[in-house]
Amino acid sequence: MDKRFVYADNSATTKISDAVLEAMMPYLKDYYGNASSIYSLGMDSARAILRSREAVAKAIGAKTSEIYFTSGGSESDNWAIKCAAEVGAAKGKKHIVTTVFEHHAVLHTCEYLEKHGFEVTYVPVDEMGLVHAEDIKNALRDDTCLVTVMFANNEIGTIQPIAEIGAICRERKILFHTDAVQAVGNVEINVAEMNIDLLSLSGHKIHAPKGVGALYMRTGINLPNFIHGGAQERSKRAGTENVAGIVGLATAITEATKNIPEKQARLSKMRDRLIAELTKIPESRLNGDPVKRLCGNVNISFRGIEGESLLLSLDLEGICASSGSACTSGSLDPSHVLLAIGLPHSTAHGSLRLSLSDDTTEEDIDYILSKVPRTVEKLRAMSPLWERILRDEDIDAE
Amino acid sequence: MIYSEKVMDHFANPRNVGEIEDADGVGEVGNAKCGDIMKMYIKVNDGIITDVKFKTFGCGAAVATSSMATELIKGKPIEEAMKLTNKAVVEALDGLPTVKLHCSVLAEQAIHAALSDYYTRQGVDPKAILGDCPPADMCEI
Repeated sequence: MDKRFVYADNSATTKISDAVLEAMMPYLKDYYGNASSIYSLGMDSARAILRSREAVAKAIGAKTSEIYFTSGGSESDNWAIKCAAEVGAAKGKKHIVTTVFEHHAVLHTCEYLEKHGFEVTYVPVDEMGLVHAEDIKNALRDDTCLVTVMFANNEIGTIQPIAEIGAICRERKILFHTDAVQAVGNVEINVAEMNIDLLSLSGHKIHAPKGVGALYMRTGINLPNFIHGGAQERSKRAGTENVAGIVGLATAITEATKNIPEKQARLSKMRDRLIAELTKIPESRLNGDPVKRLCGNVNISFRGIEGESLLLSLDLEGICASSGSACTSGSLDPSHVLLAIGLPHSTAHGSLRLSLSDDTTEEDIDYILSKVPRTVEKLRAMSPLWERILRDEDIDAE
Repeated sequence: MIYSEKVMDHFANPRNVGEIEDADGVGEVGNAKCGDIMKMYIKVNDGIITDVKFKTFGCGAAVATSSMATELIKGKPIEEAMKLTNKAVVEALDGLPTVKLHCSVLAEQAIHAALSDYYTRQGVDPKAILGDCPPADMCEI
């Protein structure tokens, strides 16, 4: 098979789509006015932001007034969590419920709050990577001010029972935030029906540029500001608006939510082909639930090899992917998500995540399938750990 | 994080990969939990390391440092191999990202472990010659 370039890391970021770029261009070139300015060039920008706000609201079943643009998912998470904590603290409620396998934008924010007098309960997930609503319910206390649970996991793609958790929180009158960065455009989301109070989303995961996102804040919830300064975003989020980025986000989210069932059908077919073929490799396993899973997520561990060398080898073949190995997580431990679902360190080190998007083709899948098994074999042939696995030694006993 | 061209070359085309069946010394360092294991095989003749092979489970830097370390000691007298430092391996690779420096330490230790095994097989106390080796099973060195 001829060498080709296959981008299979769409959970990390995506390529800006042609439609998004086209929609953004006027605001990068001709309509550069500050949306706060009174002249017509400024008002053009203000109108573009308003239209974008309507589009983002529509995509998730929110009201226009409930959308605030931010710099991305991490800012939205920080705003929601820190400021909900501040509101809680004022009422003497300093307990937060989350899960062990959140994105670091949530986990590290919670850890920060722990250093500032808050208590956080990290609810475990099961071996399939699913949170049980019952466990969230059991973790609630009289002084719980916030529940934050991700909509879909970024590494293993598992989709959480958000509506169920939302209903529990609403009944107990506890704020419910969800990081939906990976879910938007892949799963139908309706914040009103799902009883979501706060939702974070990001542009660059859905073919908009990096550096733009939004926080949905349900009517009646009036969190304090996180970024202080000017009166932008109805005085809730300071900073001259990234007009082109906001227009890009609106275009992208409209595209992404236009026909989710069709996208799910197309991508899950390719996803399941990858899973079926790659798990034929000896000593491999699928990480995460096979069904309650993002349509474009594949996460497989290959015992006896290490993720970073797998990624580098695949890169030499033109394939971009990611891994949860320690070497790629930037720490000494492999991915907290893979450890949370019970994988031993050695197996977590050998994980491969392939994440598909609308740009992925069947030919890309063919190419991946022609390269991954051979690459795994090559790395195993030079792995002293693989020798021990073949001898049936307990490699995790150390 | 950026790898030098030399690192990528040694990763993509590792030198001296494999095993030596009748090796005179074999050393293995690292562990599965940390995500890197290096195994070195040496063949010694008249005090010269005539052949060396390695097998590595680990990241790109682990493979590249193993490969470079074998090149640096192949054909050299044992005394010279003993003095090989992780710094020399790093320099030969045109540098390593800071977070990957421990891989080069592991390469140095793998060679020491193989030499230590060689001396033990010769009936010589390796400690008297090589000194105490630092523990090789820490994830961060």
